Amino acid sequence: MAPKAGRNRGGALLYNEKVMEHFANPRNVGEMPDADGVGQVGNPVCGDIMRIAIKVENDRIKDVKFKTFGCGAAIATSSMVTELVKGKRLEEALDISNRTVAEALGGLPPMKMHCSNLAADALHQAIEDYRQRTAAREGTPREAAPITAGTGRASGPATDQCPTCCGKIAQFGRELAEGRGLPDNATSGTGATVAGGPSAGSRPAKPAG
Amino acid sequence: MKAPNREGTKILVKTEARRVYLDHAATTPVRPEVAQVVMAYMVTDYGNASSIHSFGRVAKEATEKARAQVAHVIGARPEEIVFMSGGTEADNMAIRGALTANGEKGRHIVTSKIEHHAVLHVCERLEKDGLAEVTYLPVDGQALVSPEDVARAIRPDTVLVSLMFANNEVGTIEPIAEVGRLCRERDVLFHTDAVQAFGSAPISVDELNIDLLSASSHKIYGPKGVGALYVRKGRKITSLILGGSQERSRRAGTSNVPGIVGFGLAAELAEMEMDERGRRLTALRDRLIQGILERVEFTRLNGHPTRRLPNNVNISYEFVEGESILLSLDMKGIAASSGSACTSGSLQPSHVLTAMGIPSEVTHGSVRMTLGLENTQEDVDYVIATLPPIIDRLRAMSPLHAKAVSERAARDGSDGR
Repeated sequence: MAPKAGRNRGGALLYNEKVMEHFANPRNVGEMPDADGVGQVGNPVCGDIMRIAIKVENDRIKDVKFKTFGCGAAIATSSMVTELVKGKRLEEALDISNRTVAEALGGLPPMKMHCSNLAADALHQAIEDYRQRTAAREGTPREAAPITAGTGRASGPATDQCPTCCGKIAQFGRELAEGRGLPDNATSGTGATVAGGPSAGSRPAKPAG
Repeated sequence: MKAPNREGTKILVKTEARRVYLDHAATTPVRPEVAQVVMAYMVTDYGNASSIHSFGRVAKEATEKARAQVAHVIGARPEEIVFMSGGTEADNMAIRGALTANGEKGRHIVTSKIEHHAVLHVCERLEKDGLAEVTYLPVDGQALVSPEDVARAIRPDTVLVSLMFANNEVGTIEPIAEVGRLCRERDVLFHTDAVQAFGSAPISVDELNIDLLSASSHKIYGPKGVGALYVRKGRKITSLILGGSQERSRRAGTSNVPGIVGFGLAAELAEMEMDERGRRLTALRDRLIQGILERVEFTRLNGHPTRRLPNNVNISYEFVEGESILLSLDMKGIAASSGSACTSGSLQPSHVLTAMGIPSEVTHGSVRMTLGLENTQEDVDYVIATLPPIIDRLRAMSPLHAKAVSERAARDGSDGR
């Protein structure tokens, strides 16, 4: 039987067209050397890291850039959150949750909602970072707010634990959260010192066949 | 580290959109001549091979011819071949069947950490149900099991050693001859999951002292849903599926005649073409590996460089994630697979790469490309030309890459270079 004209030869897609469009043409990728605030969530063990940097003027997000290591959903959500918050007031930006981002993309596959949908968390961290820096300059130190405040995540701070993927990675996550950067061993080929790792007896995955 | 060489060997690329299937370890296209006989035994000679009338006898004769064709590939006798639904069922039956039939000897099984889940999950379930004790042997950095480890693991109550012939993810060919000899000396049943190797690597069950061997049709250009377990004559093994006397009462259920006939022909063709195809695919494989490694930095070949299936390429790309690579390749018409957690549905990175000691952040960026019959040098060159810009683009987005590059620059600077 000849294939019907116009048939989608790719079959059913894992992601919808909007997600794929953001994956293929991500907005606001890059570094921001003079950022006013930087937020980073995830870890390389789980396979997702998102870093968002913001430039703030008159309490508004004047510019925003991201860098992400991760799957299609991780890249698309990062791109979408930067598009959503550009020009927004900080308070408005804080109202954007991971769910808002997923909805703006027209939805994500259920299994991607947990691991790869952390872009709003990274944004909130960036705003918190900006506020702490401002407070420090003005001599009124703020108490650190929980890094995922207001994002409605059920399983606690994103950087502290990844119960679905990797189990205990708390220490690694804290280093990320506090240092705003990766520990030195994070990218080295032999840096097997990352706490935890795949838990024993878990169901590993592999390519089909 | 040496800067990547984007010029390197000359590559030929046609400009029109290509579709390149590089996932033959997952499944293969059915060869047209095989599809033709499958069709014939569905539409024309559709008898039940257990029936005594002429329709049945025609079907029966065809399955027996297929049995001889499959047996010939591994130097077995036709009556030692049991047809079933595929490699997974064959693995299930080998392990459970051997354990149940040899209960008086013990209930200890030796296997490896890099087996297919059709072996691993069965072993885990048997342990959980209190029916077996299992030793999972480690592998080295190239996914090789050490025969010394097998020797040490065998106990007086060991019933079965199950070690795959070749690994499905990284293509490493295991020391089957050594392990087979050991098992024979120690009087332990030896099972090998040869789903990836059957029809690709020369196998003689007698020379290699194999007692049980799993094979699958759809990995060798045959139809899906059919496979076989080789059971050495005289070895005790209990059936899994009951309810009929088909397959000499070793596997009940109406024979899948079209599948079996297709498997038989596919096996015969695979055996006939094994040497020539092996040489051709090995050359393409090495061209692909070399082409990628010399054009993309921060990469590593996973698995053994030479003790390797002729069609397997598995490379890790640091600082990028496998699913992103697969999606990008797919947009360019290239089909591959990944050891990344994201592509698996289970959110766990590859157990094989993990067992090889590869850090999880690197396993996330691993991509497997498995070549097949229909692939050409143009296909390989298209991949070699298409992949580097994809990796470049993803690395430009990755916060890990910039850090690694600046660290390298600092290191090289301090060395005075």
